[in-house]
Amino acid sequence: MTEQHPIIEAQSVYIDYRLKKEWLNVIHDVSLSINPLEIHGLVGESGSGKSTLALALMNYLAANARVREGSITFAGENLLAKSTQQMRGIWGSRINLVPQDPLASLNPSYTIGDQIGEITRRHKNLSRQASQERALEMLKKVKIADPDDVLNRYPHQLSGGMLQRVTIAMALSTQPQLLILDEPTTALDVTTQAVILDLFRELIQDNNAAALYVSHDLGTVAQLCDRVTVLYGGEVMESAPVHDLYANPINPYTIGLLASLPQHASETRETRLNTIAGVQPSLAERPTGCVFADRCPVVIDQCREHKPPLETMPDGRLMRCWRWPELERNELGLDRTPIALDTSQEMQDKPVIMQADQVTKTFGEQTLFDRLTGKAFNPVRAVDDVSIQVRAQSTVGLVGESGSGKTTLARCLVALYTADEGNIELCGMDISRELSNRTTDALRNLRMVFQNPNDALNPYHSVGDALGRTLHVLSNGTISRQDKRKRIVELLEAVRLTPEYAKRYPAELSGGEKQRVAIARAFAADPALVVADEPTSSLDVSVQAVILNLLKDLRAQQGAAYLLISHDLDVVAYLSDQIAVMYLGEIVEFGDTEDVYNTPSHPYTEALISAIPSPDPTQKGSEIRLEGDVPSARDIPSGCRFHTRCPRKIGAVCEQQEPPWVNAGDGHFIRCHIPIDELREMQANKTNPLTTEEQA
Amino acid sequence: MGRYVLRRTLLLGVTLLITSVVVFALTQVLPGDIATLNTSQFASEEFKEAFREERGLNEPVPVQYVTWLTSFVTGDWGNSFNRGNPEVRPLVLDRLSNSLRLAGMTLLIAIPVSILLGVVAALNEDSWLDSIISIFSLSVVGLPEFVTGFVLIEIFANNLGWFSSTSTSIPDGGSLTGWLDVLILPALTATLVLLAYITRMTRAGVIDELKKSYVRTATLKGLPQRKIIFKHVLRNALLPTITVIAISIGWLIGGLVVIERVFNYPGLGRELVTAVQSQNIPMIQAIVMLIILTFALANLAADVLYAVLNPRIRLE
Repeated sequence: MTEQHPIIEAQSVYIDYRLKKEWLNVIHDVSLSINPLEIHGLVGESGSGKSTLALALMNYLAANARVREGSITFAGENLLAKSTQQMRGIWGSRINLVPQDPLASLNPSYTIGDQIGEITRRHKNLSRQASQERALEMLKKVKIADPDDVLNRYPHQLSGGMLQRVTIAMALSTQPQLLILDEPTTALDVTTQAVILDLFRELIQDNNAAALYVSHDLGTVAQLCDRVTVLYGGEVMESAPVHDLYANPINPYTIGLLASLPQHASETRETRLNTIAGVQPSLAERPTGCVFADRCPVVIDQCREHKPPLETMPDGRLMRCWRWPELERNELGLDRTPIALDTSQEMQDKPVIMQADQVTKTFGEQTLFDRLTGKAFNPVRAVDDVSIQVRAQSTVGLVGESGSGKTTLARCLVALYTADEGNIELCGMDISRELSNRTTDALRNLRMVFQNPNDALNPYHSVGDALGRTLHVLSNGTISRQDKRKRIVELLEAVRLTPEYAKRYPAELSGGEKQRVAIARAFAADPALVVADEPTSSLDVSVQAVILNLLKDLRAQQGAAYLLISHDLDVVAYLSDQIAVMYLGEIVEFGDTEDVYNTPSHPYTEALISAIPSPDPTQKGSEIRLEGDVPSARDIPSGCRFHTRCPRKIGAVCEQQEPPWVNAGDGHFIRCHIPIDELREMQANKTNPLTTEEQA
Repeated sequence: MGRYVLRRTLLLGVTLLITSVVVFALTQVLPGDIATLNTSQFASEEFKEAFREERGLNEPVPVQYVTWLTSFVTGDWGNSFNRGNPEVRPLVLDRLSNSLRLAGMTLLIAIPVSILLGVVAALNEDSWLDSIISIFSLSVVGLPEFVTGFVLIEIFANNLGWFSSTSTSIPDGGSLTGWLDVLILPALTATLVLLAYITRMTRAGVIDELKKSYVRTATLKGLPQRKIIFKHVLRNALLPTITVIAISIGWLIGGLVVIERVFNYPGLGRELVTAVQSQNIPMIQAIVMLIILTFALANLAADVLYAVLNPRIRLE
């Protein structure tokens, strides 16, 4: 291999933010370089400064930020010396950004064609006509369905996956030398994410570009990147080729991060996740020693007193740790795998605690105007005749893409939505579909934890108030002041928070701490069932591990059952005894976790599992890709709802007849026309189904 | 889009129908006997009775309403109670056209100036320029119109002699310069009232939009600042401002009583006050209906413009 010149090189960069008249140092002595054709992963938790660094590489900083020291060289030129005016010639033409949230990143008022065309009109001096042709060509390259049509559409008319393709098409349309990908798949479903990742790999190679891929998701990084830099507290902890880093992490932070991933069911089902204790240090007081010292399991005095330098190891790895020689020789015995835990009791012995039968929920009302004009009424069938049961002290995981109706079902159960039809039984008693008719007892026994802890807590109530109020209401006001205080302390301790937290307000808590308070609130009155809607999806990996462990412990201690909703199959598999897979308002598969993960399974489940990016770069992706999006719940396909995307469709029967609910043994059910044995055979032999055609 | 406009128009019809009931009801509950008020103080009871009979005032109220509404819609707005009982329509339409001219002139000045000020303030958020714009626009909105009006007269009419101070000499048929001479000072006075609202709305809108990710996308496409602001930001930022402007049109048509007094301008607002004072019911009804109609039309126009600019509404 010939000596390569990096396309971009940052050397000892320091970036400060000005907050309340003081400079805060957020990026500290960071060096990073990317060679042509390389995809460089930048991993870190939120607050690690990864987005700031990524944008700084484009010489784009917030108004209150500055690069205090260091240099950034792009294609041999000093980027930091350039004025904004000069940068406008480079942005969009030589360095392009693929942003995190494609819907927010596109102007809602202009068509897709206009917004893609704009960039070539600006940099390639194309006419309006020519820019539209170029835009169309790019849309075809990113394999979007119906590109001619997309050109004239507005952002709100497209799905997240399509919008992300649009931003990629836009970023590539000027053939830039460097792409900055800022968490480009975070907002997408796992099946869409898998397709987009394939696309990145292909397009980056075709365009001879280099890319910086920013992500908190170790799985996608392993699948996509050639080299990875791990950032913590604004400092590089470790930087290495992807195989070395995942196979043999050396920095204690990297080791902790990889160990805190909930991986596939079979290996870790009955285990506890490794967690990294503590939280990231506040940047207001950057420690004089190693920034990770407070959380490091192998910390020594030297770490607290002196900051380790960023060293280059013999194998070319960048490393910031005093103890790397010992770690490299594996002398410190740092645990790199999750810890085993007791197995739980047999599933069938546990009584059914919640049984929901034939729950249906539709949205939309026929307006007077529509009735007058005789327009056909087409409601959204979000949950369509779904039955589900949860056994005591067990967890049922509910998975599916966005739009599958899983959140709607959960909300119907806790009566945040009133189901149109259906019976819900809790602890053997029928409970009303309407919230106002539910007894306090029903409310107490069925609690919910929400996805976003920031919205779930009233910012004007202290933690103690929030818990106290719940205790008060659920006891019908009978709880004494003393008992209440005692119970609050118990609850806080149960979620590993100290009693002082009772006095704090949500603004003083981190995301993980807020979610713990929300969980404490759900457990306030010994519920029988806790419905948790994506409880960890807004949290960092290391925090996620803490919360998942907490949920597992609480289940054992408090004897509650969970209905756990998540799009993240690893999270579901980690915590669940049984899994229900939902597609377009219907449950397509239900069974014990092992059974669902093993063959045979519904083709949709198969695709979902296969789309999970493995945090092991040697396991290069899977073959099954679902194309297109979940069809609209206003217009549900006939026959099997999944037939429009199914890689294993067998013929007209799939389009015409609703598939049966087939028993695959041991309480494992699959809704599919393909006979169980055939399905098992196909999947066991890894018969590679043809990927479906792009959907309109 | 067609559906949307149709729907809005139907709603507008319903609104007008409801307000016509209210307008009619109001004139019914005004104190005083109409016949007594509108005949000579020496008129005999028979004469008054004849007056009532002739005007249909003895009919049941619903019948009176239907009669009134039908004739109003067909263009017969009745006769004024004033001396000589002149027809209401030509007089009111003349006042309406004066008011529309003044409103148009005001918007012509107010919209570009305040949007520009709002954008400048937003782009320099929290700087001295922003403070100056805020303080200026808020302090003039606090001053009553007769104060700002007289100050403007003092400066531009009396000292500089650029424009007329009163509008008694409305030009017939109207030369443009003649109209400008009469309109500018009252329009400026009204502008000073509107300035703060529109500027503040624009400023808030632009600041909100500037924080959105699509602005960063546009910047990182390498687009020039000018294009980012005028193409990308303003189109979204002005959406709420459009509504504010539409609402202000109602005020410009019927609410400029003080300004019309100060400049002696023959607009609808002043005419309405005179009509109310003399319980000139046909005049009140016609003027109020016109004000409501203009107001409703302005809002319809705003809704349509809103939809044109905002595909999320247009394509629903």
